[in-house]
Amino acid sequence: MDNEMKLEIRSKSCNEAFARIVVAAFASQLDPTLEEIADIKTAVSEAVTNSIIHGYDSKDGVIHINCKLIDSSIEIEIIDYGKGIENIDVAKQPLYTSKPELDRSGMGFTIMESFMDFFSVESIVGMGTKIKMRKEIKK
Amino acid sequence: MLVNYEEHTRTLVISFDGEIDHHSCASMAVISDDAIKKYLPQKLIFDFRGVKFMDSAGIGMIIGRYKQLIRFGGKAEMQNVGDDVKRIFNMVGIFKIIPLAKEKEEV
Repeated sequence: MDNEMKLEIRSKSCNEAFARIVVAAFASQLDPTLEEIADIKTAVSEAVTNSIIHGYDSKDGVIHINCKLIDSSIEIEIIDYGKGIENIDVAKQPLYTSKPELDRSGMGFTIMESFMDFFSVESIVGMGTKIKMRKEIKK
Repeated sequence: MLVNYEEHTRTLVISFDGEIDHHSCASMAVISDDAIKKYLPQKLIFDFRGVKFMDSAGIGMIIGRYKQLIRFGGKAEMQNVGDDVKRIFNMVGIFKIIPLAKEKEEV
């Protein structure tokens, strides 16, 4: 399998569901199990929500979602051009949140990391953040 | 989403449905907090029977409501939590503070 899709959305919270459903639908070409689909949807939802709440501080911005199917895996990039992350190691700690006043659990990165087979964060303060993830679809 | 209060047991049941994410949590939190303040329940049951999806926003939303509840001395439980939702909650060990209710057989 070799395929690719790119999606551009505005940083509106109503697009969180749209984004994860689109990626899940694209991934369905690999014939994943329901659990694998749930993993992908959840990880995408976490990344897009982070871009909206943290990257853009709930203000208007653009989020790019690039997906590639390579053999039996899906590679997902979620990119925002927001404020970036000062200390990625701190941000990745379970239960850490920079916005506790918003009822955030601080589990976003932990979920992406544990639900996907590969996960990385690249971020430049003032420039934005890129999340890369990969999920192998078991045969 | 459904809110149901039983006067004689002072039990409030908040039933969620659909997808729980950052977007949908906003209104779920407001409706839940209004009900908690209105009824001051002794027991609050969060019911997840109709929930098709939940991400980590659901953890924050439930813990936020739990904090409202314990200010008034209430206790909370969860019921009908599906496997996908349970997996998310288990990551933070939430069932230690908000235990799963004994599942009732459907009639």
